[in-house]
Amino acid sequence: MTVPEVLFRNVTKRFAPAAPPVLEGIHLSIERGEFVTIIGPSGCGKSTLLKLAAGLSTCSDGEVSVNGMTPFNARQLVSFVFQDATLLPWRTVEANVALALELDGRTRAYTASTTKSLLDLVALSHVAQHYPRQLSGGMKMRVSIARALATRPRLLLMDEPFAALDEITRDRMNEELLRLREEQDWTVLFVTHSVAEAVFLSSRIIILAPHPGRIAHDIAIDLRYPRTAETRESQAFDDLVNRTSRLLRETHRQ
Amino acid sequence: MKKRLIFIANSLLVFLFMLLLWQCIIWIFSVPKYMLPTPLMVAESTLTRLPDITSALLITAGEAAVGLIAGIVIGILIALIFARSPWVRRLLFPYTILLQTVPIMAVTPLIIMWVGPGIGAVTLVVFIFCVASIIANTTQGLISVDESLVQLFLMHNATPAQILRKLRLPHSLPYLFVGIRISSGLAVIGAITGELFAGSSRVGQGGLGYSILYAMAQLQTDYLFALVLAATALGFAFFFTVMFFEWLMLHKWHESAAIGRDS
Repeated sequence: MTVPEVLFRNVTKRFAPAAPPVLEGIHLSIERGEFVTIIGPSGCGKSTLLKLAAGLSTCSDGEVSVNGMTPFNARQLVSFVFQDATLLPWRTVEANVALALELDGRTRAYTASTTKSLLDLVALSHVAQHYPRQLSGGMKMRVSIARALATRPRLLLMDEPFAALDEITRDRMNEELLRLREEQDWTVLFVTHSVAEAVFLSSRIIILAPHPGRIAHDIAIDLRYPRTAETRESQAFDDLVNRTSRLLRETHRQ
Repeated sequence: MKKRLIFIANSLLVFLFMLLLWQCIIWIFSVPKYMLPTPLMVAESTLTRLPDITSALLITAGEAAVGLIAGIVIGILIALIFARSPWVRRLLFPYTILLQTVPIMAVTPLIIMWVGPGIGAVTLVVFIFCVASIIANTTQGLISVDESLVQLFLMHNATPAQILRKLRLPHSLPYLFVGIRISSGLAVIGAITGELFAGSSRVGQGGLGYSILYAMAQLQTDYLFALVLAATALGFAFFFTVMFFEWLMLHKWHESAAIGRDS
């Protein structure tokens, strides 16, 4: 039997002992290589779920494990991509990407070569010496992703990373993310508000219902990878978007 | 560029006009020279007493600079403690505001009693003038770091020392400079007013404030004007020095210091 990459076992989360639960009875097993997107109305605990997997928050009841370890111990395997690019404005693009490696105490030579190849990968070598304020929103997000990939994570936790981008940029970033995944095959746990984005990226979509946050639907997205811009034009894609939207609406109504 | 030249020319014209007005008032109302000297007399006094003015200026500049630097160093240290412990912060922060509101001139007699009149007392006055805004601004900078960034550092198992050095300190730098800018103006004012009360008459210790008292007692109004001019110049020098360092440290990455840069 293989160890699940991420396992939520009957997880309940309260922010205070007497408070109503934010998440209740979450049971979710994610296998290595899956791209799982969590979608649901505001306040259903999507981000909290990610924080639990990152070990940035602890559950009140139940258990979370990452690759068989506690999330805290598994941090070396995990990278978190935040909603905003969260770059350090006083560091150049290059130095921002190098941050995680620096904190891990890698050698200068290793850091330099890894940073360089990552910037090549996200096509930002030409702005390596620029500061974040000189970049567009999409470029900042690419730097943020490059930084997350620097430590060679097995698991990526992404909290609405493209929410602040315009639709065209967002679509392009989606395609780019899948392209990177072809090369590096990480497991992804992704949070978004956009059904189209969720369908395009994921192998599996989890719809959360609110008050308390619980799993309402678990949908397999059987579109073939690699997915490209053309995937969005297919009938199968449309059908899946429609179906997911309908289920999401029903969740809202409850 | 042409607009700028016109602006500079206009400013000069305004300056000349004011000098002329000054001169005219003296002519028309025949103001005695101990009440108001002519611009020419001030210029002459500035030139003839340049060595005196320079030595007084240097003493005041020294007091202001040492007091300001002490205020920055100790202010940062206190801010670090405040940022570290919310408990200490809540307990002691109100007193730093008290430090700002206390009429320092009223405390000066105490300072003279404790350390005696002279350069030490004046420097202490400057320090008390400066330290509060450094503490307030730096503390604000240290604690206003985006929570996501702290989590990012935690995800990579950063130590508290790493979070301080690579995140909180650089983040608070623009805030610190706001504090230093405020303090730099106060430092010169503090030094001169400090000297008015706590200056020493010993040779080589009397700064601009002391010299102003001296000029007033001797009714050397032209010399007094020259000293005021020197004090103003000193204030400018402090302000622009701070502006320069701020630009040097921040212009590459921070919006506020990047005025006039494109991109």
